[in-house]
Amino acid sequence: MPVYETAGSPPIWRRRNRNQALAHWAMWLTGTAIFVYCWMQISGATTWFFVWDAPRIAGDIWDRATPPRWEYITQLGRPIWDTLNIATLGTIIALCFAVPVAFLAARNTTPSRYIVRPIALLIIVSTRSINSLIWALLLIAIIGPGVFAGVVAIAIRSIGFCAKLLYEAIEEIDETQVEAITATGASRWQVMAYGIVPQILPAFAGIAVFRWDINIRESTVLGLVGAGGIGLQLNASLNVLAWPQVSLILLVILAAVVISEWVSAKVRGAII
Amino acid sequence: MTHTGRSPKGPPDPSEMQNVIKMRETPMLRLEKLVKTYKTGDQALKAVDLEVPSGQVLALIGPSGAGKSTLIRCINRLVEPTSGKVWLGDTELTGLSQSALRRARRKMGMIFQEYALVERLSVMENVLSGRLGYVGFWRSFTRRYPQADVDEAFRLLDRVGLLHMADKRADELSGGQRQRVGICRALIQNPELLLVDEPTASLDPKTSRQIMRLICELCEERGLAAIINIHDVALAQRFVQRVIGLRFGAIEFDGKPDALTPDVLTTIYGEEDWEATIQKVEEDEVAAE
Repeated sequence: MPVYETAGSPPIWRRRNRNQALAHWAMWLTGTAIFVYCWMQISGATTWFFVWDAPRIAGDIWDRATPPRWEYITQLGRPIWDTLNIATLGTIIALCFAVPVAFLAARNTTPSRYIVRPIALLIIVSTRSINSLIWALLLIAIIGPGVFAGVVAIAIRSIGFCAKLLYEAIEEIDETQVEAITATGASRWQVMAYGIVPQILPAFAGIAVFRWDINIRESTVLGLVGAGGIGLQLNASLNVLAWPQVSLILLVILAAVVISEWVSAKVRGAII
Repeated sequence: MTHTGRSPKGPPDPSEMQNVIKMRETPMLRLEKLVKTYKTGDQALKAVDLEVPSGQVLALIGPSGAGKSTLIRCINRLVEPTSGKVWLGDTELTGLSQSALRRARRKMGMIFQEYALVERLSVMENVLSGRLGYVGFWRSFTRRYPQADVDEAFRLLDRVGLLHMADKRADELSGGQRQRVGICRALIQNPELLLVDEPTASLDPKTSRQIMRLICELCEERGLAAIINIHDVALAQRFVQRVIGLRFGAIEFDGKPDALTPDVLTTIYGEEDWEATIQKVEEDEVAAE
């Protein structure tokens, strides 16, 4: 009780009572102790020579990487186009799977809460929990290296992400609109098309563009493991220590990401 | 409209008398011992018996939580009744399969407190959605409704004075306009019964009156029966032919609007000074006209 009353004087109010204040103080003390302990452990395991040397090495690489080898850009057109395609196709395929999964996972639209919903949630969690780079490694072993492996890796990774956001949007819809459509004698599919879809359409568009934006960034590194796109060139240049090429590739990736951000911001602005 | 037998003017001919007698025998809506117990254990309805003859507009009043909304929703099974029977004409609704229930729902138009329009669809799409029970999935999905439905939609929008709004999106409309669209959506179903859940609770006093008047006029024009949940006792008294008072899921009062005395209101709502509420009717009537 944070209000203390003593006879003859007005009641005193404190934010926390004595026990709460002690607990609060103990929590801070423990937190600080853990932080200091971890700091010491990490410090002991660090080879400080490399850390002190880092600025010099970084400067050295900067010197080697500048200026970028501009004429190399002629060889980057095709890889960056592949990268954009991996991201776009991967997103489209992911959305095709994510929409039904989301409807099966949302509490208010799932056909069965105890069988279908857990399966849908499992699909969401399992596809989401594995990074697309790891999916790409697996898929290269299965379907061989190349752009297709990249597309599938991006698609699988995105299903869970899109389905999760979409099913949350479905669960947040205004149920009275659904009730009203149901009350007209509409069938289950009509209720979906009239009562639910219009309500989640803005969320759907936002999610699609957002994921496409993320996928462009993710697909730039897929080439590192051989799944096509500009990452292949990046990997090759890093392997031969061709720093001027590396810097140019990084600039191209930066440009692609900036453009995708701009496009998605425009699209989202147009929808909402 | 289908209820040609309900014109009070002129000498009654034998066939009309027949109809009247038939209506006496099978009321348009009959509830038998309707019970709804929610999973939480709350008993929202305790064996409600109610008969509504064809063309009667009745108001359902009662305190919040008395079961008014539940009662209305149990009729078209948006809420599944726990036990009891609901007869719409000759059809018993509680035992119907999903597809038979959908066909039965076409005969019951519903109007909601918060309008429940599909906000991101146009006014026209909202009105036409009242025909979903009659139109196949692909026709409705591609918005290729039969021309007769479109004509009727335009007629109804014209009737409620919103013809110029047909292409507007529902979320651009004001409250009163939205409720008019809601009314059109219910009427285009060509229903026999209107289930109206707090039609005026989100509206200002003037719009409330206009909406209540519109609903009652349209019921009159089409010979529709209606059950109207309403908080505003004075408004109910002014527009309806019969008042049902619900308290704790049971009917406490059933009678003509002018039989609502302070004593009756006390049984329904509890102790309060009711004189002002009842007197307000006449005063308002003068003020509104």
